[in-house]
Amino acid sequence: MASLRDIKGRINSTKKTKQITKAMEMVSAAKLNRAEENARHFVPYSEKIQEVVASIAAGGGDASHPMLEARDVKRTGYLVITSDRGLAGAYNSSVLRKVYQQIRQHHSSAGEYALITMGRVGRDFFRKRNMPVDRDITAISDQPDFADIKDIASETVRLFTDGEIDQLFIYYNHYVSAMTQEVTEKKVLPLTNINVEGKASTSSYEYEPNQEEILEVLLPQYAESIIYGALLDGKASEHAARMTAMKSATDNADDLIGDLSLSYNRARQAAITQEITEIVGGAAALE
Amino acid sequence: MKTLTVSVVTPDGPVLEDAYQMVSCKAESGELGILPGHIPMVAPLTISAVRLKGEGSSERIAVSGGFLEVRPDKVTILAQSAEKPSDIDVDRARKAKERAEQRMAEKQADIDFRRAEHALKRAINRLDVKDNNF
Repeated sequence: MASLRDIKGRINSTKKTKQITKAMEMVSAAKLNRAEENARHFVPYSEKIQEVVASIAAGGGDASHPMLEARDVKRTGYLVITSDRGLAGAYNSSVLRKVYQQIRQHHSSAGEYALITMGRVGRDFFRKRNMPVDRDITAISDQPDFADIKDIASETVRLFTDGEIDQLFIYYNHYVSAMTQEVTEKKVLPLTNINVEGKASTSSYEYEPNQEEILEVLLPQYAESIIYGALLDGKASEHAARMTAMKSATDNADDLIGDLSLSYNRARQAAITQEITEIVGGAAALE
Repeated sequence: MKTLTVSVVTPDGPVLEDAYQMVSCKAESGELGILPGHIPMVAPLTISAVRLKGEGSSERIAVSGGFLEVRPDKVTILAQSAEKPSDIDVDRARKAKERAEQRMAEKQADIDFRRAEHALKRAINRLDVKDNNF
């Protein structure tokens, strides 16, 4: 059995760890609130842009644009959203596993896909496996502004318009609730699944100067907005995942402290009993 | 007097929503003035100032990367960034301007040049809106 001092030491160190995980849990809870709010702020913009894109797609039959057309796939782009730091439970690993499987399944050589990563964990994961990462961005703030990721978003869209990639998938954790996040795969480009139904199709617009030029401006913006939306969603998931992970770490620490205190008390009691037995034995020997 | 509801939204959230009498802005194809009852229209905007005229007051907003959606009683401006004069960070804009000018002077690859040019336009636009000189 471990000595009293050893157990005491373990209890103390577990308590300190618990303080840290508890603090991290609370920090993540606060960040989650902010992230949810950011995601809410983004909703009007994304709804509106979707509405306009859908009404143009529905209204003008002859509206065509390279970004709307599916072409033969020679190279696929994968945009992977992960976090910069770990300690977030299965947040990163589940996304990365999914992407990794997809790539292994569909591609036989590195020339057939392009990886774009957001977050350090994703970048390091692919680099370690000798998979070329085309573009990456790390150290995205917890409350990202659109301006922070505009460059990488527009570069990614440009990869498609320049013909370097022929389709683009985005992988991220979709925020369902504080307890559940779902790994989501979304096809961003080409924009073939624009939702045409709904109120949008009822209004027809005048286009100034014409549809093509508007699509020229609008579609890249739309694609960028999808990427930004996924990032916001991913950030909310990240904080939620970290909060849950830290909560269970705190709970586990509690359990551990309980168990350790029990064995500490037992060991202490055993020592006392032994001392008494020795004294009683010594006194009996004197008589 | 009739009014139209103007809302300006960016990916970072709504910037403004209020009733105004007239919107004037600079679209890719030229200056546009919109009064209530305009036919539905969509037009891309240049990096410029949008002026909103209300009763006795007017508002200026620096937009970049935006477009305008018009309905008879509602105008929506969707922009990648949109700022009221009070939200503009002059120091940042000035620094961005210097940086862009420097990059343009160095004259590197085509694409960098275009990006620098854009950055310069955005910075100048912000400063103009802030100082109200048109």
